[in-house]
Amino acid sequence: MDKFTTLSAPACPLGLENVDTDQLIPARFMSRPRSAGYGRFLLHDLRFDEAGTSKGFVLDTRYSTAKIMVARRNFGTGSSREAAVYALWDFGIRCVIAPSFGDIFASNAVKNGLLPATVTPEDAEALLQRLGEVDQPITVDLEAQTITSGNFQCGFVIDPVRRLQLLNGWDDLDLTRRHTDEIATFRAARLGAEPWVMPVTE
Amino acid sequence: MSAPRTLFDKLWDSHVITTREDGESLLWVDRHFVHEGSHHAFRNLDARGEKLAEPGLTFGVADHYVPTRGRPAIPDDEIAGMVDRLSANAGKHGFRLFDIADPAQGIVHVVGPEQGLTLPGLLIVCGDSHTSTHGAFGAYAFGIGASEVAHVLMTQTLWQKKPKRMRITVAGRLGPHISAKDLALHVIRTIGADGARGAAVEYAGEAISALSMEGRLTLCNMSIEGGARCAMVAPDEVTFAWVRGRPYAPKGAALDFAIAAWRELTTDPGATFDREVALNAADIAPLVTWGVSPEDALAITAQAPDPAAEVDPARAKYLAEALNYMGLSPGQNLETVVVDRVFIGSCTNARIEDLRAAAGVLKGRKAKVPGLVSPGSTLVKKQAEVEGLDRIFIEAGLIWADSGCSMCVGMNGDLVSAGERCASTTNRNFRGRQGKDARTHLMSPAMVAAAAVTGRLTDVRKLG
Repeated sequence: MDKFTTLSAPACPLGLENVDTDQLIPARFMSRPRSAGYGRFLLHDLRFDEAGTSKGFVLDTRYSTAKIMVARRNFGTGSSREAAVYALWDFGIRCVIAPSFGDIFASNAVKNGLLPATVTPEDAEALLQRLGEVDQPITVDLEAQTITSGNFQCGFVIDPVRRLQLLNGWDDLDLTRRHTDEIATFRAARLGAEPWVMPVTE
Repeated sequence: MSAPRTLFDKLWDSHVITTREDGESLLWVDRHFVHEGSHHAFRNLDARGEKLAEPGLTFGVADHYVPTRGRPAIPDDEIAGMVDRLSANAGKHGFRLFDIADPAQGIVHVVGPEQGLTLPGLLIVCGDSHTSTHGAFGAYAFGIGASEVAHVLMTQTLWQKKPKRMRITVAGRLGPHISAKDLALHVIRTIGADGARGAAVEYAGEAISALSMEGRLTLCNMSIEGGARCAMVAPDEVTFAWVRGRPYAPKGAALDFAIAAWRELTTDPGATFDREVALNAADIAPLVTWGVSPEDALAITAQAPDPAAEVDPARAKYLAEALNYMGLSPGQNLETVVVDRVFIGSCTNARIEDLRAAAGVLKGRKAKVPGLVSPGSTLVKKQAEVEGLDRIFIEAGLIWADSGCSMCVGMNGDLVSAGERCASTTNRNFRGRQGKDARTHLMSPAMVAAAAVTGRLTDVRKLG
């Protein structure tokens, strides 16, 4: 997994709340292999009409090189589809800043190296307003947990474990493989003490 | 004497293999359900050259992409490819698959409980957010993403940080025609779509104990729409009666042993929660959603909101955009909203009790609009046919279809057309959820049936 330390990049203000995963990637695209690239599917129905023609949405005009997105509350709510993160990642987004995130989305984001940075609603509004006025890159520093844009700076919150995973680019499976013996011991004990946990075979 | 624990604490403790210094715990997974959408995870498994760790604890169900009519033919090649890929993975890795032709096929969150695969005390995961459904049995059940699905396939474990505990206590009894769906929407509109964010929710109180298993499944299913990581109801005699005789459930002495263990799965007196919410069942009317988030729910007797009456400009903008998407006027009486079609189905509301409730309203009546009825499983469909419910739906003018996720998510081609308005028993009224530019109103099965009869959003209590 890619590490995340600091990022200075153009940021797209997405002044929407409850941006659910059905909007981030409509279900009809999820049967496609990842190798096809999921970037075009990001927020597809906001960006393209029936014929696939661009509607001139900000991601295709002023913010087509954005690597950071700023949104309102409850970003990534809804379905567990990791494809929502694939769409953001393949478009080029590496960090989403919002006052709150869908729980499964935030977990999926970190497992793909994308930073979900939680800020206060006031700081989100300040960033959205600022981005609307001037195009200026945002700097996100995960070590210091700060977001800087010109003379504006605010902190952000992320679970300490997720922060370390992103900073180090850790892969869960590598960590789990260190516990193979403990897993085997646990399995034997659980099935021994609680035999009902095994499905009755037909 | 150990400290008093919540139900969730007990479920958590019994699954911890090890806890790291940073606080993350490695948890044992008792059941892993996969579906056609799990293809990314299987590809990950193959890319690493790994084996499936526990084929005996892994169960596949074809539900997300399967057609609901004309089976077993699948005319769309891309959809057929998704269904075939799951079958190929089941064959290759050796796990039990309820495929499109299986007499017990259905929606994964209906099939699990129906087959006795879902039991109290288990940790259950699936790459689907509505896995919270299974918590109705007093299980620790939650949805995971593709990376986590791959991790479970390879290790039968997951790293998790212990979530905060939240209890929602509902006093009193639900009124006539008020269902678990109304209760679920009431909870979400009260706490907000992110109100339980990341928390393990336990439902308690008289109104919860009085719910059937079906009602508890609906309530726990919708909890993800309030942001919860998982939701649960302590198992009781209602739970044990459901489990008895199910194909994969323990039998005889093993069941007695299990029930004795399950009786311990309650919150101890004096155990504390991070947050408590108290609600009263008497406050709950039949609800419908008017907007584009499940929190946008109002009593059917109410009016759509008016952005002009909103002081917060961001909120006013949200309301205006939602009303615009939904094609509603500010302040419009919800009972005047004309619908184009109805859908009765999904992991939220397509169990036998739901079909009985809808059929009860439709009996002897005609639907003014077209509609689709997709039972939660093939076994639910069979039971409904034994009871003659299929005749009621068909005589009312609705289509009686096979089981799958169907028009809840539209992956199989069961779609609401752009601009069309659908009264739906499903769980999400997000923009484009049921189809591009489709307009979804969430409500209970009885309320959907009432909307079918009148052709508009209707208070089912007035139909008698």
